[in-house]
Amino acid sequence: MRIGDYKVSYAADEAVFRSGTVRFWLGALFVALAVFPFLAGDYLLYMANLTGIAIVAAVGLNILTGAAGQISLGHAAFAGIGAYTAAILVTRLGLPFLLCLPLAGLSAAFFGVIVGAPSMRMKGLYLCIATLAAQVIFEYLFKNWDGLTGGIRGINVPPPSILGFTLHNEFRFYFVTVPVVIIVVTAARNLFRTRVGRAFIAIRDRDFSAELMGINLFRYKLYAFALSSFLAGVAGCLWVNFIKIVTPEHFPLHESIRYLAMIIVGGLGSVLGSIFGAIFMTIVPEVLKSALNLVSAVSPKAMAFLSPLQAVVFGLLIVVFLVFEPHGLAEMWRRVKDYFRLWPFEH
Amino acid sequence: MSIFLELMANGVAVGGVYALIALGFVLIYKATSIINFATGEFMMIGAYFFYTFLVLLGLPVVLSFILVMACAALLGLVVERAILRHMLGQPTISIIMVTIGLSSILVGLAELIWTSDFKSFPPLFPRAPIVIGEVVIRSNFFWGFVIAMAAVAVFALLFKYAKVGVAMRATAGDQMAAFSMGINVRSMFTVAWALGAIAAALGGLIIGNIGGIQPNLGHLGLTIFPVVILGGLDSIAGAVLGGFIVGIVENLAGGYLHDYVRGDIKELAPFVVLVLILLFKPYGLFGKEEIERL
Amino acid sequence: MTLLAVEDLSLSFGGLRVLSEVSLEVPAGRILAIIGPNGAGKTSILNCIGGFYRPQQGRILFQGRDITRLSPDRRAALGLARTFQNIALYRGMTVLDNIKLGAHAYLRTGLLSGLAYWGPARREELALRQEVEEEIIDFLEIEAIRKLPVAALAYGLQKRVELARALAMRPQVLLMDEPVAGMNAEETEDMARFILDIKEERGLTIVLIEHDMNVIMDISDYVVVVNFGQKIAEGTPEQVQAHPEVIKAYLGQKGSQA
Repeated sequence: MRIGDYKVSYAADEAVFRSGTVRFWLGALFVALAVFPFLAGDYLLYMANLTGIAIVAAVGLNILTGAAGQISLGHAAFAGIGAYTAAILVTRLGLPFLLCLPLAGLSAAFFGVIVGAPSMRMKGLYLCIATLAAQVIFEYLFKNWDGLTGGIRGINVPPPSILGFTLHNEFRFYFVTVPVVIIVVTAARNLFRTRVGRAFIAIRDRDFSAELMGINLFRYKLYAFALSSFLAGVAGCLWVNFIKIVTPEHFPLHESIRYLAMIIVGGLGSVLGSIFGAIFMTIVPEVLKSALNLVSAVSPKAMAFLSPLQAVVFGLLIVVFLVFEPHGLAEMWRRVKDYFRLWPFEH
Repeated sequence: MSIFLELMANGVAVGGVYALIALGFVLIYKATSIINFATGEFMMIGAYFFYTFLVLLGLPVVLSFILVMACAALLGLVVERAILRHMLGQPTISIIMVTIGLSSILVGLAELIWTSDFKSFPPLFPRAPIVIGEVVIRSNFFWGFVIAMAAVAVFALLFKYAKVGVAMRATAGDQMAAFSMGINVRSMFTVAWALGAIAAALGGLIIGNIGGIQPNLGHLGLTIFPVVILGGLDSIAGAVLGGFIVGIVENLAGGYLHDYVRGDIKELAPFVVLVLILLFKPYGLFGKEEIERL
Repeated sequence: MTLLAVEDLSLSFGGLRVLSEVSLEVPAGRILAIIGPNGAGKTSILNCIGGFYRPQQGRILFQGRDITRLSPDRRAALGLARTFQNIALYRGMTVLDNIKLGAHAYLRTGLLSGLAYWGPARREELALRQEVEEEIIDFLEIEAIRKLPVAALAYGLQKRVELARALAMRPQVLLMDEPVAGMNAEETEDMARFILDIKEERGLTIVLIEHDMNVIMDISDYVVVVNFGQKIAEGTPEQVQAHPEVIKAYLGQKGSQA
């Protein structure tokens, strides 16, 4: 039970982690994250890296779509731009990984602003379709600008290294992914404690009255686009350095939809929701695969159903969450927490 | 010159089919303000229904055709009642995502039921190409165009004169007012979904007849977005016109730029046009700009 | 001294003329009420002053400066704050965040410092919190509800939160669209008292639209009457009340209903 949580200063009340209990659990989480790679096998570490990368991208999309209300069907294209930028910088110029990371983000942010700038005049559905066009056009460029992107064969990337320390396996890469995730999540949480985050939400809820509140709509919509595509670009850079190849098939429209599904299932506009959603949508297909593996011991043809079943489950998750839990996993988590806060005196 | 005419003719033929599918899309949008991202999957399912009745069950062509329309209407009805009815008042992003989720379910189900193997219909029309002056058109294109135009005409007349059409237009104009005039707004939503699904299924059937069917046939549905943006999301006449424009642009680009530009320029061109139009007309060529109130 | 002036304002939508050649002057530190029948164009005047509508003709002067071409956010930064007829709060945010949002224009935190929440950004947020708590939340007596989401509040309280948000803008002029509409007698009295206090203690200039004639007579210094998009009378509340045009157009209409 946790009540009687008094604060004596506004600073204490404005803090993100307001009580000892929260700080204790947060500490426990950090310990778990630090111990995990030493206990987990390659497969789990592989999944952990992919999940972390997905979290970075999902946080980005949730800032643009969940918080600022600008629907984007082109998030994967921006991740792709980040991935290609990183691959080109490392293979042609031999830039170090740690420099590629922000440059990939900036390059994606640059294109994000180019796509976002006209969005000022478009609303809702029209913007959504404009981002769809951006996705289609960038995908086309990935595929056909052979001189730059290597066409359908893509670009192979050598294992990245930091200060001579090569990140050639899942274990080592984990120690890059997790800090990046922590930095991104913290920064996003911070942003929503300031006027920038509040302005995003104001634009989402009523953009015209937001302007009468002194918010420059154009600037803040561009901020949202830039930040969101920057994070997509960072995720793309992590991705290409982890998988070590990038091809046009890696960033299709379906990947954009998968990011949207993450923030829907996790919780729109919630940083925590982005984390939950990214974890959930990365793990569920794997669980499905394992389940079919078990079934295939009995009926050998079961694996043939994997891809259509994954499509059905993916769609069902989106529909079921939207109909029954529109605020996503973050809201479910909040209810569980509230229950335990007062436990055992819940009535 | 004859190449140009031939490309134009093909563009018009394909454009007619786009017009039909876009019409279904706009019907749903006008009545319910929902953008249906599952339009392409409705097409795909329609084509598979036809395949099932005609090939698997061996029913006559005309009967299969009628059954496809009935099944599509049923599909639209179920989707509206079971899913979209619960989404009233939700933000745009949620409603868009629900239709995207639906499209994923439909693709998965189609693959489970009909497998991912390529299927095609037996020839439905005389194989001989249609010759008009210098222009030669493949018979499947020609007859597809004829069917699509007939369907568009029927829909347009229905919308303009039939009681249900008038009620739908009233609903589209002002839901509250329509409600107070005794129009059952909710049943109008259902009707719109049923009609939209029929239009998409017919389009899918025609396209399936031209190029065969696979569960990913629905990807073609993406082309509907340039069409409806060109025409404006809420304009039926615009949708039809947009269909022709996109059909023609696509074929001209494919025909003339193919040698100069890499890749599938035919698929890209409509989206480039779309971006150009949105840059200058953020509400499409025929769309209405909303006046905001405080 | 005139703080805000509207000169020859005309506005139309398509063929529909909403305002024609409306002029008015708002003296500093006073309460000016705009009254008139529904659809007379009252809200359109506020929308033009706030920058939400662009008039086809006429000028808006604030502190002697022509602001007719400024965007709404620039006008807000100059000190024009607004409350709305149909409450325009951000329903997903708490009361506190809604009020803080009002301070947007004079805060300095940018995108990067916001992400870091370090040094100046943090100090600015804490100072804002203190100011909002002590200057606004105390004053409007909304301590108890400040952590609640806005959507959970009763209508009268939402109106009060909207006023709080407008005050957080550190305005010089407050534009209020029907501040007591839909309130019960007690809430109306509270709101009228707050408006008077804002004028007297903070020296703010207030332009308000209202239908409640008792409130108008009690608190306003000066009244402008509009009908069919035109100004038909102006003066002190007593003068306006006795004006024959006004009785015909507005009060008379009310009287016949009674």
